Amino acid sequence: MFVIRPAPRWPHLDIRELWHYREVLGTIVWRDIKVRYKQTFLGVVWAILVPAFTATVYVVVFGKFAKFPSGNVAYPSLVVAGVIPMQYFASALSQSSMCLVANLPLVTKVYFPRVLLPLAAVLVPVVDFLVGLPVLITLMGLYGTWPKGVQLLSAPAFLALALVTALGIGFFLSSVNVRYRDVPYIIPVFLQVLPLVSGVMYAVEEVPTKWQWILAVNPMTTVISGWRWAVLGAPEPIWPQAGLGAAVGIALFLIGLTVFRASEPRFADTI
Amino acid sequence: MPVAIEAQELSKLYRLGQMQAAYGTLRDSTSRLAARLAGRADPDEKQEIWALRDVSFNVDEGEVLGIVGRNGAGKSTLLKVLTRITTPTKGRAIIRGRVGSLLEVGTGFNPELTGRENIFLNGSILGMKRREIQGRFNEIVDFSGVGKFIDTPVKRYSSGMYVRLAFSVAAHLEPDILLVDEVLAVGDAEFQQRSLGRMEALSGTGRTVLFVSHNMQAINQLCDRVILLDGGKVVEDGDPSAVVTHYLHSALSSGSQISWPDDASAPGDDLARLLSARVVNEDGEALETADVRRPIGIEIGFRVVREGPPVFAKIKVSDNQGAIAFNAMDVSAHWNDHSVPGRYVATGWIPGNLLNEGRVSVEAGVWTLHGAKLLPHGHRYDAVSFYVYDPGDGDSARGRFVGQLRGVVRPLLDWSVERVD
Repeated sequence: MFVIRPAPRWPHLDIRELWHYREVLGTIVWRDIKVRYKQTFLGVVWAILVPAFTATVYVVVFGKFAKFPSGNVAYPSLVVAGVIPMQYFASALSQSSMCLVANLPLVTKVYFPRVLLPLAAVLVPVVDFLVGLPVLITLMGLYGTWPKGVQLLSAPAFLALALVTALGIGFFLSSVNVRYRDVPYIIPVFLQVLPLVSGVMYAVEEVPTKWQWILAVNPMTTVISGWRWAVLGAPEPIWPQAGLGAAVGIALFLIGLTVFRASEPRFADTI
Repeated sequence: MPVAIEAQELSKLYRLGQMQAAYGTLRDSTSRLAARLAGRADPDEKQEIWALRDVSFNVDEGEVLGIVGRNGAGKSTLLKVLTRITTPTKGRAIIRGRVGSLLEVGTGFNPELTGRENIFLNGSILGMKRREIQGRFNEIVDFSGVGKFIDTPVKRYSSGMYVRLAFSVAAHLEPDILLVDEVLAVGDAEFQQRSLGRMEALSGTGRTVLFVSHNMQAINQLCDRVILLDGGKVVEDGDPSAVVTHYLHSALSSGSQISWPDDASAPGDDLARLLSARVVNEDGEALETADVRRPIGIEIGFRVVREGPPVFAKIKVSDNQGAIAFNAMDVSAHWNDHSVPGRYVATGWIPGNLLNEGRVSVEAGVWTLHGAKLLPHGHRYDAVSFYVYDPGDGDSARGRFVGQLRGVVRPLLDWSVERVD
């Protein structure tokens, strides 16, 4: 038995309901993975090629010509270790921001907790991420930059921070996009600037101290420097800075979720 | 009898802007804000509409409840509220049991995926567990009849196959409470009949069904009780045949006559204008309901404004599903080569025993022939309408059969029978 009533004034998240609909989440993730690779000739190979191309460009332009600082790690592995999580973040963010409009027939014709749509959108690119990992591992082998012990276990936590941050922004932008279709224009601009201020093509510790604060408020800096520390044995992240980044990521998640839940009752009416 | 659905004063307010402009861009909003700051009225503001207003009813477990009403009466909004797609503005509803909803067939179908994959996708989205889908998979495929194409992407399906597969998944949904919106309107007649059969079978197993439709025959056939919505309110709640009859009577959006008092407002151009249209019986009296056996006259008044090519009256007759019965125009030769200014009345007679029972809508107009094309001058869709009934005396095309005969027309044919052995 359940009761249908006007939208509550204060949004909350019904975890029990989410659990009840877990199969729908699985179905949507499965559908998106299937559909994504179905019509491409190279299929899943793209998940390797895209980061490989991007990394090659970065290595040539920033590593060879501009001679960006790479700390104590070989520049190519430094870059690839940055590109792969950044690529994940970019896909997760853009797909979760578009998810409500992209699933318009579902939003207007069936009920399930809408939270599942952005959630599915940030889970799908995890597949690309995993497929892209061998590129990194190959480079690690080539340059002999292996992880230094137990810190490797923290790698998933840094990836989780990328997921949570992308989900938070995705929650926010997808609800905005229901009403204002300006979002698709904003995202590419944002995603072009983001790698530059997240340390994708340079070692974060090498940035002059007076500019460090810019990197500190950016959760992706934490993700990338933490990830490099965990898998490449790069120097430890500057912890206060990394902590601030993580806090910002979690704050974005909570704000995004609140906005999403608060506007959810009107999705079907305004979309 | 336990109650499955208890709706208590459900109300839903829409802002018209919200409904019309499906979405805006920031620019629209900023210009609206600018208008407001400048003290001008925002054109979208204050245009509010109660799509539902204090709708209360109970549905007993196992009952099949039909919901009828003209477009915009709030039927779909009610289903959207009950299925939780949107929230009510006021009121509440208590629902006891697992709900399955069917507001559209093939929701979430993805053209790139195969039939098999779409069955799982659609089934899961409609609320079936993976195990249930697996258990009913063969049944679903059999019912759909797409058999050997089950591993073909559905984008290669014909629209008929697509709809059959989609409906087939939906038809195997077995919740305690099923909410259905107009899905029987898809597919060909044979398929609609099958869908109706499936719905009947479902309701026979003690499921509670809420059924929205414009198909009065289906409503009559399936429902135990019918609610009539109008302007977001429940205006009638009761026995199907009584509510349906009342609805059909009130739903004639056009009357049996229409006229335009002055030439300026009358539809038309500088050559000819439509002045009036009327449904009449053989005595020239306006009628709203017509005996299926008697001829029905459609009387069209028009003015020829200037001399020009010959002007003639034309009607298009459709049934209440919008299916065209026929087009007919006045082919008698009043004018050999040009029309003469003045007022005219033309009456076309639809023979008795031609139209089927139900609401009939007539488009009326004045036309000219332009080369090989018909050129409209003044015309009006759904100008007049009337209701054809069969008193059932046994001398119509129905004979002594009491059910519905399908078809837009129902002519009384001459039959000859010979013994041939």
